[in-house]
This record gives sequence, structure tokens and C-alpha cells, in this order.
Amino acid sequence: MNSIILLTTFGILNLFVGFRKSNKLVLPLVFLFLVVVLLANFYDWNNTQTYFEQMLTVDNFAVAFTAVVVLTTILVVPFAKRYADEQNESLAEFFSILLFSLVGAIMMVAYENLIMLFVGIEILSISMYVLAGSDKKNLKSNEAGLKYFLMGSFASGILLFGIVLIYGATGTFAIAEINSVATTGSADALTSPLLAMGLLFTLIGISFKLSAAPFHFWTPDVYEGTPTLFTAFMSTVVKTAGFGGFYKLMSVSFAGAYDIWFPTLVAMTVITLAIGNIGAVAQNSFKRMMAYSSISHAGYLMIALLSFNDRSENAIFFYSLAYSVATVAAFGILKIVSDQRDDISYNAFNGLGRTNPLLAAVMTISMCSLAGIPLTGGFFGKLFIFSAALEQNILWLIIVAIIMSMVGIYYYFRVVIAMYMREPSGDRLKVDSSASFALIFIAVLTLILGIFPGLFSDIL
Amino acid sequence: MSNLTLYLLLWPTIAGILILFLKGQSAKRTAFGAALIEFFMAILAMIQYEPNAYRQFTFDHTWIENFGINFSIGMDGISLLLVFLTTFLVPLIILSSFPHSYKNPNVFYALILFMQTGLIGVFTSFDAFLFYFFWEVALIPIYFIAGIWGGERRILITFKFFLYTIIGSLFMLVGFVYLYFQTPGTHTSDINAFYQLNLSATDQSWIFWFLFIAFAIKMPVFPFHTWQPDTYTESPTQATMLLSGIMLKMGIYGVIRWLLPVVPKGVSQWDTLVVVLAIIGIVYGAIIAIRQSDLKRLVAFSSISHVGLIAAGIFTLTEHGMQGGIIQMLSHGINVVGLFFIIDIIYRRTHTREIANLGGITQTTPALSIFFLILLLGTVALPLTNGFVGEFLLLSGVYQYNNWMGAIAGLTIILGAVYMLRMFQGVMFGEQNNVTATFHDLTRLEKAVLIPLVIMVFWIGLHPNTFMSLTEPTVGHLLGIINR
Repeated sequence: MNSIILLTTFGILNLFVGFRKSNKLVLPLVFLFLVVVLLANFYDWNNTQTYFEQMLTVDNFAVAFTAVVVLTTILVVPFAKRYADEQNESLAEFFSILLFSLVGAIMMVAYENLIMLFVGIEILSISMYVLAGSDKKNLKSNEAGLKYFLMGSFASGILLFGIVLIYGATGTFAIAEINSVATTGSADALTSPLLAMGLLFTLIGISFKLSAAPFHFWTPDVYEGTPTLFTAFMSTVVKTAGFGGFYKLMSVSFAGAYDIWFPTLVAMTVITLAIGNIGAVAQNSFKRMMAYSSISHAGYLMIALLSFNDRSENAIFFYSLAYSVATVAAFGILKIVSDQRDDISYNAFNGLGRTNPLLAAVMTISMCSLAGIPLTGGFFGKLFIFSAALEQNILWLIIVAIIMSMVGIYYYFRVVIAMYMREPSGDRLKVDSSASFALIFIAVLTLILGIFPGLFSDIL
Repeated sequence: MSNLTLYLLLWPTIAGILILFLKGQSAKRTAFGAALIEFFMAILAMIQYEPNAYRQFTFDHTWIENFGINFSIGMDGISLLLVFLTTFLVPLIILSSFPHSYKNPNVFYALILFMQTGLIGVFTSFDAFLFYFFWEVALIPIYFIAGIWGGERRILITFKFFLYTIIGSLFMLVGFVYLYFQTPGTHTSDINAFYQLNLSATDQSWIFWFLFIAFAIKMPVFPFHTWQPDTYTESPTQATMLLSGIMLKMGIYGVIRWLLPVVPKGVSQWDTLVVVLAIIGIVYGAIIAIRQSDLKRLVAFSSISHVGLIAAGIFTLTEHGMQGGIIQMLSHGINVVGLFFIIDIIYRRTHTREIANLGGITQTTPALSIFFLILLLGTVALPLTNGFVGEFLLLSGVYQYNNWMGAIAGLTIILGAVYMLRMFQGVMFGEQNNVTATFHDLTRLEKAVLIPLVIMVFWIGLHPNTFMSLTEPTVGHLLGIINR
């Protein structure tokens, strides 16, 4: 709860900074705010409390996922230095929106009541609609904002409809009570069409936010049009919070209905993996590749959800952490490269290993992590997910996932090849010290996750 | 010094990181020094090693506690021999690169040392996930070495190699994860727990393929070899030496350590098929080698042939076959590194590897000719050289397994002589031409690389017991597990 209160207060405070019309203060201040939030968040560790008539619970689960989203945001901030230098007139507002959106993300992992889940999703989504269109002079950004908004509000409607149907079937919004009605109440509650439809509509609404197929169509266009910095935020924070919330919903409310949602979700997982990975291969733009890659990672996370055993929770947490950190680095470097070379294709990275060894090294580590190669966090993320699924005896799904991982290596390594094995296409890029520092931190963290996974693998 | 394995593992990493910060060509001398220190540590381990005790110089530490995954390393006879091979060859490979001046030498040599860590890790891990971890750690540096410093078609070809091996490894990973969940109680990935598993024949049958594909790609066994000739040809010579001299032994080692004892029932279902594939590889590799005009490709294909014989021998599950396979790993590593070095010497002086463009080199180079001939005779398994010991044991193993297969596998001796002598004749004898007329003999540096190799050729050939006595108890122990 500390984090929600602090974020709200800081968001408002930050707006006042915007009145000064000087951007020098904004980034250091936001950075400071977020660090304070991250530290205050840990105060709630092992100290479970419920709020608002038991509509929100801050337990270790919520604290852990809050830590991931806040940490991710902290890592995004240093890459915004250029906005500050260019005197972007609405910088303070953007970062206030970012802070507010985190409140939504936290509510999505701390809710005890479907209404809170919906409110959380909306807080996060509406912020994202604004940020997607924040590059006002860029036609693509406008398109992204509008597209995301239209599709997103449509999905919200479906989600709300689903929640209402669940209410109709069970007579409650509280997720724990839904469970008791669904499993121990009347015997036919589980098989009632009302509940099944509600579950399905909720699934669709959430899948849209996670960019899981077949509700992923907005992803490439929106990612491409959104300013890179906010794409980084969108692909990590929204997904992490979404999966945290999704897992909580399924494990608390619908654990008894596993057999009902398993076939639907398993089918979605397979097509998500296939569309994400195969779609990424066909891209020539690095940014669009990352969009498809983000779809594919939703697929891997869904495997953990499908395994649905005592390993799933930790697997989702670890994977989200490893994925978020690596993705922020990839988008951060893309921002540096594309700002100066005015190109978002793979060619923009040519020869980066020669001109900017640090950028290339961190990018390589991130790509290895996303591809799931040992020494990096991504490897153990995948290992934990595969272990969870094997324990549940869904071997065939893992084989599909493995084949898709191989495809993944192909497109992730295209950028590594461009960086190290092709001739430079420009001069040395300027990287400011805050971004360099963030990148080094990310690289070290990814390696720590990959060499000492035990530190984070069993905290929930 | 009971933690010798740990030191062997850490030293190249530390040295490699230090070398990254060096500027200019001093990196190569530092790397050579570091590799020599590593070699002396391995010698120390060989001296202290007690052949009849099973695993020594162990180091166990919990790695991922709640998963029962341990950082457990150590050495038995087979590990020790391969660690010896690695530490013996790496300094020579670094030394052989001295005449080249690669761009960014600090990165180049650091990557070689990082790869050495991976290789030693593979040979000393006694935990499945640790083994997998090092397996990939060894792969990444060699990908960059081959991809950055390789020839013109390097990008596509090294990427193909990378994808191939990763695909194999991922299958291995699934196999390991499955086995891990079959261990009783709180699961563990310790090798002994894997050895004690008693799985159904059906399970073993598919796990066999999951593991085998990974190892077969690395070796490579026919028909998983298609990446190999291209990669060997396009990589810089030092990378080719690392790949052929050491890295392919990872595959064979994997079979001996992680495949045969873990899924013996799976092996008994498929061993005939594997031996047949391996024998096809022997003949196929040799015949293609005869047709090659490029020296590097010729040795690459000959390597497929030799590895085929090792694979066939090991899968016979006889003591002769196993011992022969292990000693032949050592011999093949030494011979193939020597041959690639000689090809490198020829290429540096003439800028061609086409046999047709060469000839008459013997007339100006007595030393080179002698060294070349010795290594070549070692490769074709002349008695008293290193190749003979292994090949004899392997063939007798295959013969015990099946007479006919033994006879076909025996063709390797004849075919090997054909392509090797044809190569020697085309390159070294005949008329000098304008490319080879100015060919000068070996420099002191080049001799310094070749002399240790040739000493080893004779040492193994004349007194194989130095090495075979190290591995004999371990092989017996493993065969005991396999045939239980």
C-alpha cells in the first residue's frame, strides 16, 4: 500500500515541477521517487495487509511483482535524457502519467476483487493510450495512440462484460468467494454456461492486454508507432502486471475450473508462440521484431500459467524479471541508436561492436537472455517454466516451445550479427553517462540472474 | 590443492577478463602464459591422480538450492584425460596464432580462454544442469571467434553451426529436465542420481534420442554433419583447431558420460542403428575426402571419418571399444590440430589451399616435410604412432560387435591412406611452381608448436599405458553401470 500512496503523491508533486518549464529536474526527481517507492515497497514484505473492505491485499506476491514493475520503470528513466535535453514541453506530464500508471499495475497484482482488477487495468491502459500517442507531430505515433485506444477500450468492454457474467453466476466480485461458490457451492456452478462465458470473456480481455494471440493484432503497429521509451515500458510493465493479475485470478478463483480453461488457454498458447516467433522472423525492423518477440514471450509465460503447480508462481516471477530487464536494455539501446542513425531496422546496428563496444555487449547479453542462452537470466526463466510444465506432464507443449525458441535464436542473433560481423554504418554514437550506467546495471543483473538464479528463484 | 578442478575452471576466466583490458599485441603473449599455467595445473592433477579411486579433486557447492542443483565438479580418469588434452592443446593453438595479427587481439584471445573454461567445465561437471551450462558456455565464444575473424562466407556459415548446435542442446535440456523429475524425493540433477534411475524402456528410448541428437551434432555423426565442413573451412585456423581438436570431443564425452550409463535400455534399442550410421560416416567421410581439392575441407571430411570410427567403437559397449574411443580422442585431437596448423603454414606462405596449385614443397623444406609426414602417418594409424593404438582397439571392438561391420569399418585404414597420401603427394612432391618456389622452411616458433605435438604422437604410440592406465578403472566402472 505504501507504494500506491507514494506513487500517487509523487505523481502529483511531479506535475508541479512541470510548471517550472525547465526539464532539468524532472528525470532526477522521478528517478528518486521511484527508488523511494522501491524501497518503501519492501517494507510490506512478509507483512500481509488488506485494504478497502478486503478489495486489495498487499502480500509477498504483490510486493514481488511491484518490485519488478518499479525496477523496470527505474531502468527506463535514464534513457529519457534526450527528451529532457530537447526541452520536450510535456516531459513532466509524461512522467507523471508513468507514475500513475504504475498504481494501476500494482492494483493488478494486489486485487482481491474483480472491480479492483478492472480499475487497475483501466488506470494502466488509459495511461498507455496517452503515452502511445505522445509524439504528437509523428503520424505513426498518432496512429498508434488511436489504434491502441480503440482496440483497448473494446477489450476493456469485453473484460467488463466477462466480470459481470461471473458476478451473475456467483453473486460476488471477490475472487476468493468466487472460488468457494464455484467449487463448493452448487455442484453445477462450475459447468454453468454463465460462468464459462464470463471466464472466456475475462480471458479475452486480459489476453488483449498481454498481447496474446489471437488478440495480438494491435501489437506490432502500436509498438512501432509509440515512442521507443514508452514501448519499453509497455512491453515490460504491462505484461508483468498482466501476468501477475492473470495468475492470481486463475489460481485463486478458477483453480477448480482448470479442466475447463485448460483447452482454451493451451490452444492460445500454441498460436501465441507460433505467431510471435514466426512473425518476428519476417520483420526487417528491429522494433517490430521486438513487438513480435513480446508476443512470443507472452506465450512462454502462458506455459507457466498452464502448468499451474507450485512452481508456476516463481517461474512467472523469475521470467518476468529476466524478460523485463533484457527488454528494457534492448529498447534503450534501440532508442540511442535510432535517435542518432534515424533507422529502426537491423542495419542501424551494423558495426556497433566496433564503434560502441558497451552498447553492443549489453545488447548481446540481452539478446542471449531473450533467446534463453545460459549465463543469462532468460535461460533460467525458460528452464523454470519448462520444469513447471514437465512436472505437469505437458511434454508436447514444451517441444513446441523449444522449436519456437530455436526460431527465436534466429531473429535475436540477427542483431548480434549486425553488431559484430558487419561494417559500421556510421560514427561512434554518443551515449550519456546515465544511460551507460543503466546499461551496465542491466548487464550485471542479467548475468547475476543467469549465474546465481537461486537468489531470486524461490522467494514467493 | 584438493580444489584443483575449481582452479582449472576459474583461471582461464580470470585471465581472459584481464586480457580484455590489454591493448595491442601483448594480449597474445599474456594469453599464452595463462594457458601454460593452466597446462601445468593439469599436469599437477595428473601426477596427484589416483587411478583406482573414482572421482577426485571434487568441489561441491549448492547452486540453486530449492531445485537440488549443485555446482559439483571433479575429475575421474576420462575427465582428467580430456582436461589434459584441452590444456595441452590450447597453449599450442595460441602459439600457432602468433604469426597472424588479428584485429582486436585482446577480445580474440580472451574468447579462446573463455572457451577453455567452458570446455573444462563440460569435462568436469557431475551435475546435469551444470554440464548443460558449460556446454553452452563453450559454444558462445567459438561462435564469435568464427563469426568475427572468419572468412568471407562466415556470417551465414557460423550462424548455421550455431543454430544446429543450439537445437541439439535444447533437446538435451528437455531430456535432462525430464530425467531430473524422475529422480526420487526432492529432485536432483546429480549424475549418480541419474545413473540410479530405473526408467521404462519406452522412456529411455525417446530420452536416448533427445540426448543423442545433441551429442551427434557436436561430433558430428552422419547425417548430422552438414554444418561441419563449411564451418571448419570458413573459420580462422585457430577456431578450426579448437572445434576439431577439442570441441568435438565434447560430443563423444557426452555419450560416454551422460548417454550410455543414464539410458542403457535406450542404448540397447538403438545401438545397431547408431553403429551403422557411424560406419556410413566412416566410409562417406573418407570417400568425400578423397575428392576434395581444398586442404582444409579434406581434413574436415577426414575428421568425419575418424569420428565415425570413435562413435562406432563406443557404441559397441565393449571395453576395447570404449578404451579405444577414449585414447583415440586424445590422438585425433593431437593429429588434427597438427594437420590444420601445417595447412595454415602452407596457406600463409602461398595464399592457397588448393592442392592443384601446390607441389614440390619438400625440395626446400626438410623440417616441414618430416613433421607433416609424422602427423600424417599418425592420422593413418601407422603402428608405433598414436593413431594406431586407438584405431586398433576401436576396430577390434567393432569386430567383436559384428564381424561384417568390423570389416567395413576397417576400410577406414585403406581409404585414410588414400586421401592422406594423395594430399601429401599433391602438396609436397612433384614440380615446384611459382607459388611454391619461394617456400621457406619452418621458423622456430612453428617448430615450437609442432615439436610437442610430434612428441605426443610417439609417446602415445610407444607407451599408450601412460594414458590408458588412467582411464581403465573409470571405463570399467562406467561399463559396470551400463551393463547392470
